[in-house]
Amino acid sequence: MDILTRWLRFYLPELPVDDTQLAEDLTLRGIAVEGIFPAEGGGSRFEMDITTNRVDAMNHYGVAREAAAIYNVPLSPLKDGIAAPVAATKSGKGFPVCIEARDLCGRFTARVIRGVSVTPVTGIIAEYFAALGQKSISGPVDVTNFGWLAMGQPTHVFDLDTLEGGVVVRRARAGEKLRLLDGSEHTLVEDDLVIADENKALGLAGVMGGWDSRVTEATKNILVEAAWFDPAAIRASSRRHGLHTDASHRFERGADFDAAPLANNLVTRMVAEQAGGDVAGPLVDVIVPELQSKTAERAPILLRVSEVQRHLGTTLEDAVLESGSRTSGLNEEVVAQYLSALGCELTPTGVIAGEFSVKLPSWRLDIEREIDLIEEIARVYGYNRFADTLPAFAGSVRELPHAEQEHAIRSTLRALGYSEVVSSTFLSAEDAALYGDPVDGAVPMGNPLSEEAGMLRSSLAAAQVGILAKNLTRDVNNVRIFELGTVFTGTTAEVHEQAGLSLGATGGVAGTSLHRAEDALFFEVKGTLEKLLAVFEGEVSFEAKPLPAWMVEGRGATVLLDGKKVGLFGELSAAGMGKHKFKQPCIIGEVNAQALLTRKLRQPLSRDLSRFQPVERDFSFIFPDGVQWHAVESRLQQLNINELQRIEPVEIFRDPKGKAVAAGSYSLLTRVIFQSADHTLTDEEITGWAERITSTLKELGGTQRA
Amino acid sequence: MRESTITNLPGYDSATLDQEFARLERQVDEERVMLRTDEAREAFRVHWLGRKQGKLKAISDAWVKGAPSDRKGAVGQRFNELKTKIEAAIVVAQINPLLARMSPEEKAVFTGSAQQMLAEKLKEQQQAKKLDITLPGTSQRTGVEHPLVKTMAEIVSVFQRMGYSVGLGPEVESDFYNFESLNFPPNHPARDTQDTLVVGDQEKKPLRERLLMRTHTSPVQIRSMLEQDPPLRLIIPGKVHRNDAADATHSPVFHQVEGLCVDTNITFSDLKGTLDNAMKAFFGSAVKTRFFPSFFPFTEPSADVQISCIFCGGKGCRKCKQSGWIELLGCGMVDPNVFGAVNQRRIELGREPVYDTRRISGFAFGMGVDRITMMKYGISDIGLLYSGDMRFLEQFA
Repeated sequence: MDILTRWLRFYLPELPVDDTQLAEDLTLRGIAVEGIFPAEGGGSRFEMDITTNRVDAMNHYGVAREAAAIYNVPLSPLKDGIAAPVAATKSGKGFPVCIEARDLCGRFTARVIRGVSVTPVTGIIAEYFAALGQKSISGPVDVTNFGWLAMGQPTHVFDLDTLEGGVVVRRARAGEKLRLLDGSEHTLVEDDLVIADENKALGLAGVMGGWDSRVTEATKNILVEAAWFDPAAIRASSRRHGLHTDASHRFERGADFDAAPLANNLVTRMVAEQAGGDVAGPLVDVIVPELQSKTAERAPILLRVSEVQRHLGTTLEDAVLESGSRTSGLNEEVVAQYLSALGCELTPTGVIAGEFSVKLPSWRLDIEREIDLIEEIARVYGYNRFADTLPAFAGSVRELPHAEQEHAIRSTLRALGYSEVVSSTFLSAEDAALYGDPVDGAVPMGNPLSEEAGMLRSSLAAAQVGILAKNLTRDVNNVRIFELGTVFTGTTAEVHEQAGLSLGATGGVAGTSLHRAEDALFFEVKGTLEKLLAVFEGEVSFEAKPLPAWMVEGRGATVLLDGKKVGLFGELSAAGMGKHKFKQPCIIGEVNAQALLTRKLRQPLSRDLSRFQPVERDFSFIFPDGVQWHAVESRLQQLNINELQRIEPVEIFRDPKGKAVAAGSYSLLTRVIFQSADHTLTDEEITGWAERITSTLKELGGTQRA
Repeated sequence: MRESTITNLPGYDSATLDQEFARLERQVDEERVMLRTDEAREAFRVHWLGRKQGKLKAISDAWVKGAPSDRKGAVGQRFNELKTKIEAAIVVAQINPLLARMSPEEKAVFTGSAQQMLAEKLKEQQQAKKLDITLPGTSQRTGVEHPLVKTMAEIVSVFQRMGYSVGLGPEVESDFYNFESLNFPPNHPARDTQDTLVVGDQEKKPLRERLLMRTHTSPVQIRSMLEQDPPLRLIIPGKVHRNDAADATHSPVFHQVEGLCVDTNITFSDLKGTLDNAMKAFFGSAVKTRFFPSFFPFTEPSADVQISCIFCGGKGCRKCKQSGWIELLGCGMVDPNVFGAVNQRRIELGREPVYDTRRISGFAFGMGVDRITMMKYGISDIGLLYSGDMRFLEQFA
């Protein structure tokens, strides 16, 4: 909302600062001025950003009250000025008002003005409205808007001649229809509060007046209403009907219980001034005592200056006296001054010095406890007048149990060329079905951001696929990424969260003597996973099955740690690609990071290095395709040759023409390295081992090459 | 002794090729030492290099041309090496008889000029080896640390050094932990400020048990106070969600770091000092802080914290909208109602309600990691942080 400084100064005749200083001081006290603009007709227009708890400051008088407290200057009382009682100019009885819904409406004031002629507003109202950019509607309605801009209390004017009998404040009847001022039609429910006459609802209480009872140019007689409604009821009604109005904004945050008669006076006086007519009969003011005692007349609270100091600590004005005793910048006098300026009434309890019984102002329903008063004191005193102190600490710093593991995963993958990505927490139902494990389940959202974000992610793989696709469309053809984040499984009754890890890779590889160009990426990712898992304790193995549908059959693997599945990886299939376009193969991997985080990191152990020369021997064999490397390696290991340090495949060759190597078989060059810890190897030893190796490879079905 | 027929290779793998070509090179070596006459030399040339019947021709036809396409290079390279070796043998055989006929003086001149030629040749070779050090360097690819992850770790580490331990909590929370226990009563307008993404099928559960995506990291405060007795110093990083439309500065997914300090007689000035210290540690000692009142349901008093603009030092620039200040944190003293909710829940769980507000007080603070990251690195669109776009990420390598 906007505030005119010349309107503020009307309430603050002794304000000692200019508009710029005022804006800064208000902002530093929580009444934030977001922008300062020159106002038409003089002074400034402040664009305010008032926090939701401070409905009392969402008007000119409320802001003026804050300024009065900050500068310790007098504030013109409303009840002696524009809101002073209005004498009747025509005799009559008070207008009949009945509050039926005594739990939802705490106060209702009504006054009748007879013989008005509705014309546009002039004078101060027209002038302020122009400066604020406030739209003019009709004389009496503009006066009601002036009323809440001035003092925060919404009011309403009815065309009295549309009413049948007196006013009844009651719950709506289920299905009751009501057309509102904005022309919209609403079907009401029993929880809605309405202002009604004897036969029909006139308006939706605290939200908007009704169409049929509105003031028009033809209106002759007016009923002025100002009331107090229950905040929760107004909030519910406003939400139910999708109507957020200036009135509902104020009522649902807690209006001033004592403002209704003042606002009624203000509107009555100004309508009579603007539109002529006679104020007929007395002001009717119906009060529900049960709600009055919960608001305006709520019990005083205890404030101890010692508690103020205990919570707020050291101020820049604190001093240590010669006697050694401390004085606080927030002494009894300062505390009493600030709270009084804000409208509190302080009475010393007389029991202990520095204790007050504080009667709370009717417009500050947000203040309920001693701590709320302490905040008010800190706020008006100024936060930046407190010292910067550091608390002593007797505890210890604890690391999370898996902090090291998490760091190891990230740093290992980065060292291997993988960049970290952070993706959305949600995926489509389609992707959840494709990438998630149906046994673990997936959880739908109740109000998803979009259809693509309908489920909590049960897998991180889908996001990696999307990211690879996006990079490829931008001609970034060589990508290595990983994501470490939460995956969600279970049901809407019970959601399980655990850490997940996924990898994505595409492009940037060439064939080697061991791997065909089209297979090289798979083996790079396999190597990455081997390196990653080697950081942790446990035996790593791979199995060719089972693979999910998002992988190309025969071109993926599951990863096991100590025989338990911890992940899988493989080439993305057409099903996995879904609607994305891919111009080159991608490898996607997914690892249960929880299983890694809860595992010990491998503790490296140093071995003594041999002083003796290692010896290399190559074995060139042709094997049928059925013989896999794993068989070769494990059979050679089973020879239990102590000096056999390493066995590695050096070259694999297949002849597509089937000439050099027959179809259905391949040539494998295996290198073994022997080394002894205690002697130089002899020719006899090496020849002996070579013969055993040769015959083992033959047993496996190999044919030695010439 | 000379076999001139070439049989097909047994294989094109490197081992076979090496083996076969080594055998041919041994033959060349055996024959070259016998080239003492012109006739012998000519016969050697014809045998190996003859256009029609030469052995190299046969090798070329049978091995090089017959190689599978991906092995042609490997065969060709070995073939060329063999050919060079044969040609060199012929040149040496030509020079040898000339040298034999020369007088010692002639020999000296000849070898002198030969040496000179050799030296020049060497120089040329060295010249050719000289590096163009202006060419770009190469290196193994390393992965990039995500700027969000990096910033979050840096913030956490500042507080770890001030005695704070890391605390974590779930991203899917119950209404109790996310709202109720943090003093957001049901149907309270304060809930409107945090538009919430909710898990499906929750309508039938009691409100406090309904599941939602946590809108802030504050629920971890509650969880920690249920588990641990004071004193408590926690720093809580994490992902949070709100039902916000995405634009350049808003993302429905974002990150926060939250802090909590609870002990006997913790004061508002302690909160000020702690955050002033932390901001100086994070942004540099020249940074100033400024506090002003704000509202959060779970703190009382509540404050927003601005730091002096890290770009202009407070003089005013485009980044700080000429104000000299940048808004960075929300904070406040823990509301007694929060301690009350913790004690109540502790009783329900059979634990002692040790957060006695007559003795215990505390402060909490929170900051948006995305905003700090964007500010620090000059990122204009928050969406880039969640895009996985390598062109963006590689700027942080």
